[in-house]
Amino acid sequence: MDLEHIDNMHFDVLKEIGNIGAGNATTALSQLINSKVDMKVPVVDLLEFRDLPDTVGGAETIVVGILLTLDGDIDGMMMFMLDEESAHHLVDMIVGKKTDGSNEFTEMDLSALNEIGNIIAGAYLSSLSALTNMRISASVPYMSIDMAGAILSVPAIEFGKIGDKALLIQSQFCEDDDEVNGYFILIPTLDSYGKIMSSLGL
Amino acid sequence: MGEMIKIGMADLNACKYPGALTTLGLGSCVGIALYDPSTKVGGMAHIMLPDSTKIRKNENHAKFADTGIDELIKQMISLGANKHNLVAKIAGGAQMFAFTSNNDMLRIGDRNVEATKAKLSSLGIRVIGEDTGLNYGRTIEFYTETGDLLIKSVGKPIKTI
Repeated sequence: MDLEHIDNMHFDVLKEIGNIGAGNATTALSQLINSKVDMKVPVVDLLEFRDLPDTVGGAETIVVGILLTLDGDIDGMMMFMLDEESAHHLVDMIVGKKTDGSNEFTEMDLSALNEIGNIIAGAYLSSLSALTNMRISASVPYMSIDMAGAILSVPAIEFGKIGDKALLIQSQFCEDDDEVNGYFILIPTLDSYGKIMSSLGL
Repeated sequence: MGEMIKIGMADLNACKYPGALTTLGLGSCVGIALYDPSTKVGGMAHIMLPDSTKIRKNENHAKFADTGIDELIKQMISLGANKHNLVAKIAGGAQMFAFTSNNDMLRIGDRNVEATKAKLSSLGIRVIGEDTGLNYGRTIEFYTETGDLLIKSVGKPIKTI
């Protein structure tokens, strides 16, 4: 298995995985905030490291990154990213307070964000697990609020161990009034990527 | 000030006075700035991993601390730098997530910093400034005019080393 030589059929399968996983996660989110959430068509991309931060608006964009490490039949990482404004909006909806325009996250905000990450990443992973009939266990969520480049360096380094490009299965979602923008990024290890394919008969 | 050259992840470049070099959003990677004060030649590398010999796919020299530093010095010499004058400033190597599991990913930032220092010391290059570790991202700018390295982080004052 070589990441540099993925054909269109494999791309389509990965897109479908992203679609199903994010679809489930979006439903979970929608229930959580009791509001309609739409999902965009997922993008599967093989990217040069230097282009990676541009997928979320540039290296210096401030984002909330929630990362879970995966093991079991599939190893790798799952990352859920929200831009800062979206994170505030989401938290305010859940905690039920009026947006005060402040840039600071309170302790309570942070723990709500962590829980949001946990719930929707869990929904994403459980559909992936059902689809491939593989056991996937996820770690507790780890959160960081910082520049996108710095946060993405963590999955990029994992990819760097096996090649010069990163495989992103990226699904973007938005709430009714476009105030919430988020990304799911699934980062299987090379071995796991092969396992996913063969579990689907490819 | 001259042109500001942007260095991406797993990338490096060198320039002469009055040029400047920058890399945005360093996380667990390490930014290495080398400088020859007498010729005002500067170079910057954004390395991701400590050791090229541990990885099978290692064609991109800029990805690793060991081969990245060698390559950077080569480019600086071709711009007129004298190897014996070189000094280094380094930044980055943060641990962005507070992993608790016993995993290789845990200490990658630290390992990048250690490998960078070991390589520099084996080449006899002194580290005269350092802002590494902890848990936040850094944008760095390096000016060939002064040899100053500026470090910007979210919610922190700008630091010059």
